[in-house]
Amino acid sequence: MSTPDISALLARAEEISSDAERVTAAHLRKVTLPPVDGTAATIGLITLDNGEDHTRPNTFGPRSLLALNAAIDEALADDTVTAIGVTGKPFILAAGADLTSIQGGGPDAVRVVAELGHAVFRKLGEGGKPSFGFINGLALGGGLEVALHCTYRTVMDSAPALGLPEVMLGLVPGWGGAYLVPQLVGADKAVTLILENPLNNGKTLGGRAAYDFGLADAVFGGADFLEQSLLWAADVLAGKVTVERPVVDKDAWDAAVARAEGIVQSKTGGASPAARKAVELIAGARDADRDAGFAAEDDALEAMSRTPELIASLYAFDLVQKRAKRPAGAPDKALARPVTKVGIVGAGLMASQLALLFVRRLEVPVVLTDLDQERADKGVAYVHAEIDKLLAKGRGYNQDKANRHKALVTGATDKQAAFGDADFVIEAVFEEMSVKKSVFADVEKVVAAECVLATNTSSLSITEMAADLEHPERVVGFHFFNPVAVMPLLEIVRGEQTDDATLATAFATGKALKKTTILVKDSPSFIVNRLLGRFMGEVGRIVDEGTPVAVADGAFAGVAPMPPFMLLSLVGPAIALHNNETLHRAFPERFYVSPALERVVATKKGSYYAPDLSIDPEVEALLEKPESPVVLTAPEVRERVLAGLAQEAQLMLDEGVVAAPEDLDLAMITGAGFSFWNGGLTMLLDIAGISEKVNGKRFH
Amino acid sequence: MPRQLREVVFVDGVRTPFGKAKGQYAETRADDLVIKCIRDLLRRNPSLPPERVDEVAIAATTQIGDQGLTIGRTAALLAGLPQSVPGFAIDRMCAGAMTAVTTTASGIAFGAYDVAIAGGVEHMGRHPMGEGVDPNPRILSERIVNPDALVMGKTAENLHDRYPTITKERVDTYAVRSQQKTKAAYDAGSLQRDLVPVATRSAEAGWGLATSDEPMRPETTMETLAGLKTPFRAHGKVTAGNAAGINDGATAALLADEETARELGLPVRMRLVSFSFVGVEPEVMGAGPIPATEKALSQAGLTIDDIQAFEVNEAFAVQVLAFLEHFGIADDDTRVNPYGGAIAMGHPLASSGVRLMTQLARQFEERPEVRYGLTTMCIGIGMGGTVIWENPHWTGADTTDSNGDSK
Repeated sequence: MSTPDISALLARAEEISSDAERVTAAHLRKVTLPPVDGTAATIGLITLDNGEDHTRPNTFGPRSLLALNAAIDEALADDTVTAIGVTGKPFILAAGADLTSIQGGGPDAVRVVAELGHAVFRKLGEGGKPSFGFINGLALGGGLEVALHCTYRTVMDSAPALGLPEVMLGLVPGWGGAYLVPQLVGADKAVTLILENPLNNGKTLGGRAAYDFGLADAVFGGADFLEQSLLWAADVLAGKVTVERPVVDKDAWDAAVARAEGIVQSKTGGASPAARKAVELIAGARDADRDAGFAAEDDALEAMSRTPELIASLYAFDLVQKRAKRPAGAPDKALARPVTKVGIVGAGLMASQLALLFVRRLEVPVVLTDLDQERADKGVAYVHAEIDKLLAKGRGYNQDKANRHKALVTGATDKQAAFGDADFVIEAVFEEMSVKKSVFADVEKVVAAECVLATNTSSLSITEMAADLEHPERVVGFHFFNPVAVMPLLEIVRGEQTDDATLATAFATGKALKKTTILVKDSPSFIVNRLLGRFMGEVGRIVDEGTPVAVADGAFAGVAPMPPFMLLSLVGPAIALHNNETLHRAFPERFYVSPALERVVATKKGSYYAPDLSIDPEVEALLEKPESPVVLTAPEVRERVLAGLAQEAQLMLDEGVVAAPEDLDLAMITGAGFSFWNGGLTMLLDIAGISEKVNGKRFH
Repeated sequence: MPRQLREVVFVDGVRTPFGKAKGQYAETRADDLVIKCIRDLLRRNPSLPPERVDEVAIAATTQIGDQGLTIGRTAALLAGLPQSVPGFAIDRMCAGAMTAVTTTASGIAFGAYDVAIAGGVEHMGRHPMGEGVDPNPRILSERIVNPDALVMGKTAENLHDRYPTITKERVDTYAVRSQQKTKAAYDAGSLQRDLVPVATRSAEAGWGLATSDEPMRPETTMETLAGLKTPFRAHGKVTAGNAAGINDGATAALLADEETARELGLPVRMRLVSFSFVGVEPEVMGAGPIPATEKALSQAGLTIDDIQAFEVNEAFAVQVLAFLEHFGIADDDTRVNPYGGAIAMGHPLASSGVRLMTQLARQFEERPEVRYGLTTMCIGIGMGGTVIWENPHWTGADTTDSNGDSK
């Protein structure tokens, strides 16, 4: 039982600790286990508990680590205690490091926290007594790492989430995870846990899956998890149960690291320092001993704390965790009116997608209307077919649900009968002001006075659309992103006359649809389409002036989810052109309409690329051929386009399009797939120094 | 359609360690206690496919909060039994679990069930006796029930009046012996065999593990008992020392049709012979086991001399002694409660019936010379309940005399 002297480290941890930390206590209790073959072991059972309910998970800041250290020391020093167990308050082991302690302190503090975590957790694995991690629920990041240091682990089969999401946050699993996981389950699974899952929208493992994955040695049901874990521990201690784990294949390392590099390239374009660092750590874990492996993690955490991407990632995390749940500027929820029936004007593809979303999430009658019954029926048929697909996938979607949802969707031509008792009618007709105005005028004749009229317009003025109605205050913009079922963002647009009850109903409906809602002022193309319009306009202008498409396409790795012309092909050249034209009309001096794009649209080409992803020669032939081409390098393209975006973002804030730059970033992350580790857009512009260069000030 | 009654057997029984109210289970839910018992029954009997359980009857006296919500059904679901397994809640105060057994046993004998789980739970720390009751005013106005009937300690004092030969010294002596017998049973590892360890939550101290009965006071002496107050009657005889306490705990038993048990490879540990519940004056509740036992014996065609193993609930020492005195059995007869009883272990009301049965099954195992045994208990509002069981391990010849001594 020899643990290194860490008193200097403890003293430094005391220095950096703060009263603001919500301390996770480590209650040590001696538990005598039922005897096995006549001998009863006594386990020092440590319960991690921050004294809050399950909505505020345990976390580890400096003081929490000091508390755990004291509990482990006490258990190690007590000769009547033969083993140590670590578990958590109900439903939670721990959710990892206290991020405020990482955000606030700078590299020195991060280094202390990194070393302290290692020093304390290592006592579980190296303190001289066998130890057990009883994973009784949520275990993320450091919450999983504390258990990984134990000699043995059990997991509750119904635990909601186990994982190492650090890379998503601009960090690495630096309290042992990056070294211990590959040692435990092999390099390939380590890549899955440390890189692939975090970069796949922060995917985590359930308890049963984590056991199958090899993270725990035994799995027990939730009804008596801790009892069964303790009895199992007694059997292990008595030698009645022998834990066997598969031998880790060191020859599989190179392939795993290659796979990791592929994931990092495809998911981040190599632009996330944390992702790159995690690959390094996994690669290094093959031959490193514990001291070297853990020291590499300390170095990595400190290095990450010096990257702007850490701040940006934590900022983005805060946006999607907190701001997304409490949209800035949304009126009091109490003003929202119930939505018990939804009407949809139109039965085309967009309308049908909306019908599917509304019926699945709200589970109220949804009526699609169109000019003739055949078209309306086609919309209903689309929804029914999608429901059948969901049913075929399973995942808890059963026949009763499918029956219920199908029965709720109907198609009609008579708006009076269809919408008379609807609380919320949304139009998804042709994007043309006169058409939309006449649709709303028609609908208003048949609906109740308080029925919300929502428009899925991507660019038209809500105020103008409502102007001639008897009740313009009930009109609101409800702008979804394609594909509606997948994209999380919903821009909610307030017209000049939109009242609070309508807006509150829109936000409540958006929340029920499980969308991230952001309030936007009635303005051309709202948030995402305006910024993307500027983005594509600038790129288009640069290419028209002579820079090759391939160079422009290569300039935005790690910023946008895909190269610009691939994005344009995905959206559809015609739609992109329409957006650019709308914005050009509003702001002719800044928004460029590319003649080349007009020609591509005229040929009805759906994409700039041939099937082999080279530029389609027919499209190539349509591009501008300037007399004296200006050929920029990729960094120049990037700088120029980002400068345009910095200008546009500042103008949008000046115009009051949104409440704050945070809303622009949340919109670009959730609506345009801009990168988490850049903090969306404005944080990136600040970090790259572009905001100051263009606007003379930073956004943050 | 011709019917044939089927033999009902007791396959297995378990319980949680019992707790003192506000003690080890202060932060543990009542339903969780009985759920852990159900899960342990299934674990101990792996040859029983869970879907073969046809009924789950769980008793609780106070069926509100974490003892409400049709606890038999919700406990079955929470214990991970298939959704197809039904359940219900049952209440006969202290004889709740006993009634859960007799009710499901009746269904087995009738052919409605092949296998059933019967148990009970009472978390008296969370649900003190009388919580939320609303006695009908006619009880007083028409003198239908003596108001003493609602205070169990008073009924015990009243029982002393009926049996003036049962002195304070006799009940205290009995109580001390109960504590000693339970201590000895623990030392021998007898009781632990059927205990389900329970993880105990404490926000202050962290998780612990309950593995023994918290109410036990093995250090109890006549002197310590002599000093206790008699809260139910000035200069009375009933004290906290010669009565069961206020306790938390749960029990569950597995019952089956005998043929089904053999088909599934389940142990046959007791065979049901007869059962009876009988009412007495509510204010002398503790007398209930006497007529209940008389009736059960007569139904079975047996006499008290045929019964060689007893598990008598010790709600109050006086009530055990009244029973023994009536049947001419000595206070210290070794056939009675050999592992001690509720005075030492605790009496979480509706759960206790199955504890008696589980212990009688152990007596049967240890004493194959015994053919018949009984479990009996007094019940609030003036009742007694008795279940007579046959020992399947019986070797065929009775080798003890009526005093329990070997011949």
